Amino acid sequence: MAKSTLFFLLLLLGLVAFWVGRQRSRRVAAGNIRTLHSLPGHYGFFTALWCVAPALILFSFWLLFETSILKQLVISGLPEDLRSQSPEQLGLLINEVRNVAKGKDASLSEPFVQQAAREYVRLQGLSNALLSVLVLSAAAFGTLIARQRIRASLRARNHVETALKVVLVACSLVAILTTVGILLSVLFESLRFFRLVPIMEFLFGLDWSPQMAIRPDQVGPSGAFGAVPLFAGTLLISAIAMAVAVPIGLLSAIYLAEYASPRVRAVGKPLLEILAGVPTVVYGFFAALTVAPFVRDLALSLGLEASSESALAAGLVMGVMIIPFVSSLSDDFINAVPQSLRDGAYALGATQSETIRNVVIPAALPGIVGGILLAVSRAIGETMIVVMAAGLAANLTANPLQAVTTVTTQIVTLLIGDQEFDSPKTLAAFALGLVLFLATLALNIIAMHIVRKYREQYE
Amino acid sequence: MNRIARPLVSRRTVEIVRASLKRRHAAEKRFRLYGQISIGLGLVMLFVLLVSIVSHGYPAFSQTYIGLGVHIDAATIDPDGRRDPEVLANADYAALLKRSLAELFPEVKDRAEKRALYRLLSAGAGYRVRDMVVAKPELIGTTTRIWIPASSDVDMLQKGHFDRKAAESERRIGDRELAWIDRLVAEGRLERRFNRDFFTSGDSRDPEQAGVWGALMGSFLTVLVTLGLSLPIGVAAAIYLEEFAPRNRWVDFIEVNINNLAAVPSIVFGLLGLAVFINFFGVPRSSPLVGGLVLTLMTLPVIIIAARSALKAVPPSIREAAMGVGASQMQTVFHHVVPLAFPGMLTGAIIGMSRALGESAPLLMVGMVAFIVDIPRGIFDPATVLPVQIYLWADSPERGFVERTSAAILVLLTFLIVMNGLAVYLRRRYERRW
Repeated sequence: MAKSTLFFLLLLLGLVAFWVGRQRSRRVAAGNIRTLHSLPGHYGFFTALWCVAPALILFSFWLLFETSILKQLVISGLPEDLRSQSPEQLGLLINEVRNVAKGKDASLSEPFVQQAAREYVRLQGLSNALLSVLVLSAAAFGTLIARQRIRASLRARNHVETALKVVLVACSLVAILTTVGILLSVLFESLRFFRLVPIMEFLFGLDWSPQMAIRPDQVGPSGAFGAVPLFAGTLLISAIAMAVAVPIGLLSAIYLAEYASPRVRAVGKPLLEILAGVPTVVYGFFAALTVAPFVRDLALSLGLEASSESALAAGLVMGVMIIPFVSSLSDDFINAVPQSLRDGAYALGATQSETIRNVVIPAALPGIVGGILLAVSRAIGETMIVVMAAGLAANLTANPLQAVTTVTTQIVTLLIGDQEFDSPKTLAAFALGLVLFLATLALNIIAMHIVRKYREQYE
Repeated sequence: MNRIARPLVSRRTVEIVRASLKRRHAAEKRFRLYGQISIGLGLVMLFVLLVSIVSHGYPAFSQTYIGLGVHIDAATIDPDGRRDPEVLANADYAALLKRSLAELFPEVKDRAEKRALYRLLSAGAGYRVRDMVVAKPELIGTTTRIWIPASSDVDMLQKGHFDRKAAESERRIGDRELAWIDRLVAEGRLERRFNRDFFTSGDSRDPEQAGVWGALMGSFLTVLVTLGLSLPIGVAAAIYLEEFAPRNRWVDFIEVNINNLAAVPSIVFGLLGLAVFINFFGVPRSSPLVGGLVLTLMTLPVIIIAARSALKAVPPSIREAAMGVGASQMQTVFHHVVPLAFPGMLTGAIIGMSRALGESAPLLMVGMVAFIVDIPRGIFDPATVLPVQIYLWADSPERGFVERTSAAILVLLTFLIVMNGLAVYLRRRYERRW
């Protein structure tokens, strides 16, 4: 039986179990459901839970381990000389077997592959049949047990609610699991990378050229993994972006919060926020198509040397993307400053701008700084704009008219295309990912701490 | 001593203030102006962005077609006359087109010249005739006027992207081709028509055949997976954190985690997807399933935060009333609080989905950047999504892809506007002030 059919059948059985449990509780109550501890529906849910939950757990464990066990079985069925191959070649062979088993034209494959594929299909059929029998009998057995347990005094509602609560807790744990998953996945691969390339060389090396010979007998560059040019490039582009976003975002937030009439505010704020809703790939295209040539032509007309993939173009566009981020956060914090502070300043004779500069902004400063830090973390992690508009050459320069490359650009270029999981080239992407994750994590935690502290002040 | 040293007629404070007023009011005006200028700058950027995309993109919605009188010759495509669908599907339709082009330009004799002549047509022109004939076999043996897509170079020339006056060696289209095209125009055989193929076909190496349908289906499937996973998980997590969780360090830790995940760069989620979903669990690469899983993790914080604020907005009196008539806590939450908070949760989910729809960086990591011509049929098929398609086209050197890219961006923006509009509508329609 196909797995999806089995799954839907299981859900159907759950419905049946619900009905069985409800009927049973009515029978037990002999028509007077007030003698029951819970509503008949709760008994139904109780039975359905016993029917579906154990079977589903079995199902998911089976799915988790089926592939690797099948693979081991197929490998053990292969001739001796094939089994002693390197793991990569064996993996390729298994893929071939799987493709043939899935119905790829087998006439081109070697006979032992065809035989293995037949074996694979047979084992798969066996596994599916076994799984169906086990899951269905677990469901039936669970239903029977639950039905037996139904008494008038059974606290079905409490059981069901406990189970539901477990589900709710599990869902809220997904966030933690994600963080752990991110950490583990980048950490493990990075550790493998640092075994090949010393961590000091990676963090402080000045030369980045990850292209290297793939096979040992190939002639090619040996690869250098000094990431300082990437960090410098990332910081340069982020600095340009912040130089655009902070003044524009902050001043427009001040204007919208303090000066603008309600009508202007109602129009201006959503319009600015459209900028945040535009997908980053659109900004990237815009940067590459319109802004970069414009910057280059402008620089050339001023007699300056400029690359067509200048850091300035990418930084400018990234700054535009971040404007609404800075402005909406600052707007929140400026609005949170109590009116009494402003009134106090007006009473002393300050003009509106003096009030804003000397009272409102200092009062809102911690929040604004937190918001700016969050914006910096976003600029550092932004990918598509720099992939499309910044260069690939790792220049160590502070000249915004030259091409620089960034951490995110390199991660993308290292991981797109052919990859094998043992080359330092691929692993380097994970090491860069680790640095990126830790940097943004630090920024976020500091920013959230500042913001939270500040919020408490006026609440 | 000071007091005595002062001049007898002291300047009063009022006068000092009055003297400085002019300067201070000027500063006030300047400050106000700075604010106006920065808002103006922001809006100008938005305007320039949109104008640049629209002006590059709208020509792609039309395409140059060449009208040819094609004789659908039974001897060429159906030699044994049995109208066998198998035979019809594999026949050489390009030959028919070549013949009718040759009839139009009888002076073209040379083989190389002939080949150049056929290159005026799209490389996929034969398939278009095939689809027509397979759908309507009674056309066989007749002569019909068919509008065939022109090649991308002809299209670009007609849209004015090539300079006709440039030296021949610098043009993609030579003088000979120019003469042919001018003759076709004079005979009324060259026309700009609505480009339906753009919305109905998958990716292609040839700009004139490339369409967004495959990417749209990929996006649809990916977002469907994302919605199906992130809405239930996100709502459940929000319910737990808002309604049941005790205030302790453990729950604080979960909250810090959620807030932090909301600010983690999206590309890091791509690394997670590659290492965990693909390499560890063996989810098929490039499939909407793996893309949807990655985007689920990415949008969960957005949905959880929105759902929590929706739950927070339900007044405690509702809960107390339910408890008062004897509902359990679970019943209170699921029968009363969640239904009232649901529109708010849905709004958050739509906004999360619109973010997922526009996301591309993490999907590059899990292999959704492959060149895929087929339209994906299920969540296990290799697929690409609209933003990644935009990225791929933006990288292509052909001039024709510039306008395709912009047009695909317009399609993407349309979807985003519709989704955000829906969210705003829902919020207005169901927002309740308690």
